[in-house]
Amino acid sequence: MTAEYAAGSKLEKIFKSGQKAVTGECGPPRGADAEHFRHKASFLKDVVDAVNVTDNQTAVVRFCSMAASRILLDMGIEPVMQMVTRDMNRIGLQSNVLGAAALGIKNLLCLTGDHQSFGDHPQAKNVHDMDSVMLAHTVKTMRDDGKMVSGTEVQGRPRIFIGAAANPFADPQEFRVVRMGKKIAAGVQFIQTQCIYNMERFVQFMEMANDMGLTEKCFIMAGITPLKSVGMANYMKKFVPGLDVPDSYITRLRGVPKDKVAAEGIKIAVEQIQECLAMKGIAGIHLMAIEWEDHVPEIVKAAGLLPRPKVEAD
Amino acid sequence: MVIGESKPLAEILDMVKDFKKIVVAGCKGCVTVCCAGGEKEVAILASELRIARKASGRELEVQEYTCERQCDPEYIEPLDDLVAEVDAVVSIACSVGPQYVAARYPYLRVFPGLNTTSIGGATEHGVWKEFCQACGSCIIGDFGALCPITRCAKQLLNGPCGGSSGGLCEVGKGSIPCIWQLIYDRLKNLGELHKLTEVQLYKNWSTSRDGGLRTTIREELKQ
Repeated sequence: MTAEYAAGSKLEKIFKSGQKAVTGECGPPRGADAEHFRHKASFLKDVVDAVNVTDNQTAVVRFCSMAASRILLDMGIEPVMQMVTRDMNRIGLQSNVLGAAALGIKNLLCLTGDHQSFGDHPQAKNVHDMDSVMLAHTVKTMRDDGKMVSGTEVQGRPRIFIGAAANPFADPQEFRVVRMGKKIAAGVQFIQTQCIYNMERFVQFMEMANDMGLTEKCFIMAGITPLKSVGMANYMKKFVPGLDVPDSYITRLRGVPKDKVAAEGIKIAVEQIQECLAMKGIAGIHLMAIEWEDHVPEIVKAAGLLPRPKVEAD
Repeated sequence: MVIGESKPLAEILDMVKDFKKIVVAGCKGCVTVCCAGGEKEVAILASELRIARKASGRELEVQEYTCERQCDPEYIEPLDDLVAEVDAVVSIACSVGPQYVAARYPYLRVFPGLNTTSIGGATEHGVWKEFCQACGSCIIGDFGALCPITRCAKQLLNGPCGGSSGGLCEVGKGSIPCIWQLIYDRLKNLGELHKLTEVQLYKNWSTSRDGGLRTTIREELKQ
């Protein structure tokens, strides 16, 4: 990887400096309450290098990721704007990529998005003109070749650092790394994985990624979600497709007094972070503390990842 | 073939609530094969309507006729005499049928008695599944002759997504196979897994419904 910056985001610079990056996540609310969003995001400032802003995650309507990303920029927090291909066709998506770049957003996570049947508008029509792989390719083409999907010239290329997600725990297992490789071939520069609980399977995933040379081409961030309670662990295990929570974690959480469960959950998360950081090819941690943003500073500190590098985006 | 299923009786009764005489028109094409709109189903629906209206104290006269096909003007023609005497037609062909009937009789009320559900086929007795969305530019040759446009809930061309688990799609509460698992298995059998490493780029949807109403013209057959 060259030291030349595709977008010059803080995240890109930290990766390229060889330091481990840390990203967090902050979901916009189901309303126009910007203050609530600012409050949640405030816990993440200076504790992580960039903050993902979800795009109507689980197909539930929330205020849009571009507006939330701009709010983060105004707070001095670097956003990773998530974009799903579920709700917009190539016209809308390209328009938003240009608009995001025009607002100073430099990191984009290209996703297909959860199916609308899981959300609060199951009667909605979905679009899926493109999938996540095509969206990554679109952004790369706009940025590097100055061309839209149609071939139309882009006037003012969007400087975007291109990310995507990968789920090492879905099936077919042996194809998960290959699919991540397709994303990288399409233009993806950094990957954030699905929440990791089954460490054994994640080790296999990373070994294959190393063998295929993918960790040389792309920065892979291990996704960590602290377990807040036994109920949450059980829910993740039973109801979230493609999430594999081993019983050993549930036993550990059950084994401590009720008022110590959260602390045990954090302890598990810190151990997971350290295990992942020790793996070859892991370039950082993506911490998804869902509605637990206020605990992020504690987790990052306990994992030995503070202070964060002082880097300015272009 | 085109798959359809009967609308609920209450919905059909509501459509014809203001009328005294109707025709229920079936079709001997696809909907006969999928047991939704053939001669037998015409007789059943006609009886149900008569009984329900009789019970409500407002009798309904129902004529029955099953066209050879309802997607061909010449086979609509035999309805001419029947419809002259009635207030409305309930067609239980696929939704092409009622539109052909409407085209022939500009002053006649026409209602659909079926919901047209998909282009597909039977997979077991009493079960029909969707196999095609008529995108107008078939790409299944690249995917082991299986259609990801129709059979993947997200229409992925670079699947499977993270919601594929144990061969099942996360949509449908375990009732839908992940087509990408099936594509993977099949290409593996054929020794063609390398095909799945190629990035699939943008599909041209202009041949699909997105391009506007589609007309298929065969010049050599046109008169």
